[in-house]
Amino acid sequence: MKYIDEFRDNKIAKHLSRAIFDRARPLKSVNLMEVCGTHTMSICKFGIRRLLPENINLISGPGCPVCVTPKAYIDTAVEFSRLPGIIVGTFGDMMRVPGSYSSLTEERSKGRSVKVVYSALDAVEIAEKNPGKKCVFLGIGFETTSPTVAASLLYAKKKRLKNFFVYPGHKVIMPAMKALVEDGEVNIHGFLCPAHVSAIIGTIPYGIITEKYKIPCVIAGFEPIDILQGILMLVGQIGSKHSKVENQYKRVVKRSGNKKALDLMARVFSVEDSEWRGIGMIPKSGLTLSKAYARFNARNAFSLPHIKTRPDKGCICGSVLKGVNTPLDCRLFGRTCTPEKPIGACMVSSEGTCAAYYQMRP
Amino acid sequence: MKKITLAHGSGGTLMHDLIKDLFLKHLDNPFLNRLGDSALIDTRKKKIAYTTDSFVVNPIFFPGGDIGKLAVCGTVNDLAVCGARPQYLSCGMIVEEGFDYTDLEKITLSIKAACRQSGVNIVTGDFKVVEKGAADKIFINTSGVGEVFEKAHLSISRIRPGDKIIVSGPIGDHGAAVLLARGELKFRSRLLSDCAPLSGLISSIICRDIKFMRDPTRGGLATTLNEISLASGYNISIDESCIPVRGPVMALCEILGLDPLYMANEGRVILIVSSGSASRILSRMRRHTLGRASRIIGEVERRRTKRVYLKTMVGGARILDMLMGEQLPRIC
Repeated sequence: MKYIDEFRDNKIAKHLSRAIFDRARPLKSVNLMEVCGTHTMSICKFGIRRLLPENINLISGPGCPVCVTPKAYIDTAVEFSRLPGIIVGTFGDMMRVPGSYSSLTEERSKGRSVKVVYSALDAVEIAEKNPGKKCVFLGIGFETTSPTVAASLLYAKKKRLKNFFVYPGHKVIMPAMKALVEDGEVNIHGFLCPAHVSAIIGTIPYGIITEKYKIPCVIAGFEPIDILQGILMLVGQIGSKHSKVENQYKRVVKRSGNKKALDLMARVFSVEDSEWRGIGMIPKSGLTLSKAYARFNARNAFSLPHIKTRPDKGCICGSVLKGVNTPLDCRLFGRTCTPEKPIGACMVSSEGTCAAYYQMRP
Repeated sequence: MKKITLAHGSGGTLMHDLIKDLFLKHLDNPFLNRLGDSALIDTRKKKIAYTTDSFVVNPIFFPGGDIGKLAVCGTVNDLAVCGARPQYLSCGMIVEEGFDYTDLEKITLSIKAACRQSGVNIVTGDFKVVEKGAADKIFINTSGVGEVFEKAHLSISRIRPGDKIIVSGPIGDHGAAVLLARGELKFRSRLLSDCAPLSGLISSIICRDIKFMRDPTRGGLATTLNEISLASGYNISIDESCIPVRGPVMALCEILGLDPLYMANEGRVILIVSSGSASRILSRMRRHTLGRASRIIGEVERRRTKRVYLKTMVGGARILDMLMGEQLPRIC
């Protein structure tokens, strides 16, 4: 193995594309949802839609952490940055997400201390190096990121850090997938399930989707060959009227997932109801800090002024996230809402459906 | 260790000593040695290219170069891609109080080396010191003039469908090297910045068949091609599998979620050439050290929607936009 080139091989891609065309020919219109934002981005980056027949629609799901983080969370993060003696640590994607009145980028340009970090442990390091200040880390993301945040909290506890806090906004993916299916508004024929989230949670949780709702699930990697093969497997299941959980990403994803990471999460987090931007409240779909770690919870540690969150006018990010509409149905898309001046969250993150569609415009 | 103080910039004896013992010693040439308020240059009614650029790179020393080398190469390259032979440069420095004298000397020496390599002289200059905190270590501005080659006929309006696009080497080295040199990522790599003067390469290939040139600095290859497409009105399509990118740059970008097509270069040039001349110009470029890895990466299209398309390596296609904001790391 040289690098990842093998999973970007032109000949294999063409071969898979032809096989998809063949298998999809007898089918009517097929809606496949790629749940994860990294899939959305990879599909866009490698121009994969051009390798698929017209009767296969790829719908982008709710798996972009930045996109589903509610506006109220951004507003609160902005308020944190305005408190004296606070350093806000965040993943880069969150910087430009517009809140009701401001964004973290805007606050940083006004001189507030907002630092982009590559991991939660970097934020802990900031706290250690600045004992006179308090570091609030914005904990967002799915099961891929939450174990790393859990590890940073474990470390902070061991080191007895008094100035490191996490503002928990973590989400778990399964309740959202179930909510989408039960919503009934969307007609999904197959799920392309996330690669890295599945590396943590394993393949078993998807069973409910295939058994109860009879929708095929294929876990696929993020490289173009992975995605094409995943789509081929889904089309195969749909054609033969099967619904089972298949794992294309065997080189990383194991049936029982990553036990160490799951244990770590169970120690540090507890499940709570959570709001998803554009979708609304989903029961038991979020993670907050467990009792043993409650003192690290930024929500408890600081008192903030009451902020009235302003709803997005005319933005249809919600129905885009559910896959009910495509960005092309939005009257803001490409006119007032562009990656340069985003209105909805789906345009901000490069993983967002709107940003991905913007790259595909004619 | 000897430090630069506010007095070094005050116009008194310390400043005169600094000019004599550091700048004149290393950057010595008849124009500068006169120490006039201006350098006097005889242009004999030739067509002159004239440009300026400021340099604020952080860190000031990085693998493959430093702010001094960059300050010379940046201005030399801006002249060279306009079809000029760079000749005379000005150099203005703004230094933060407390800056190490030896670092200033190192920077001056690399200015000297870059000048020698690109055949230019620093003919006039300025040196200011500001209070601690009023500048970040050192900022440099250089301006430059150069005579335009008679053989050069460069204009964006000469671009036509079918013209070929050539890049002179692997892209993204500078951006990646500087990012690594910041030390925040804890990766180790032997990657060097591509920072180099392009004047030699360009003077060895300049001819009528080259219709346009630009060095893809900030914003990288993708942004430069978008500028060309916007200004010429024609679409451009490039082939991902033809674009040279070094392994370490690719790996860094994969890990951080960056795109090498948007990474800065400081020693690369993009050429738009007539299709008939492309292979001839390419083989001439490959004879020069800085052009060994030159490749044809795409062409100008007939359609006029002012878009740049990337044919992806798996056979798909997508629009390649200008860089939006900064390149930010993604989280998952």
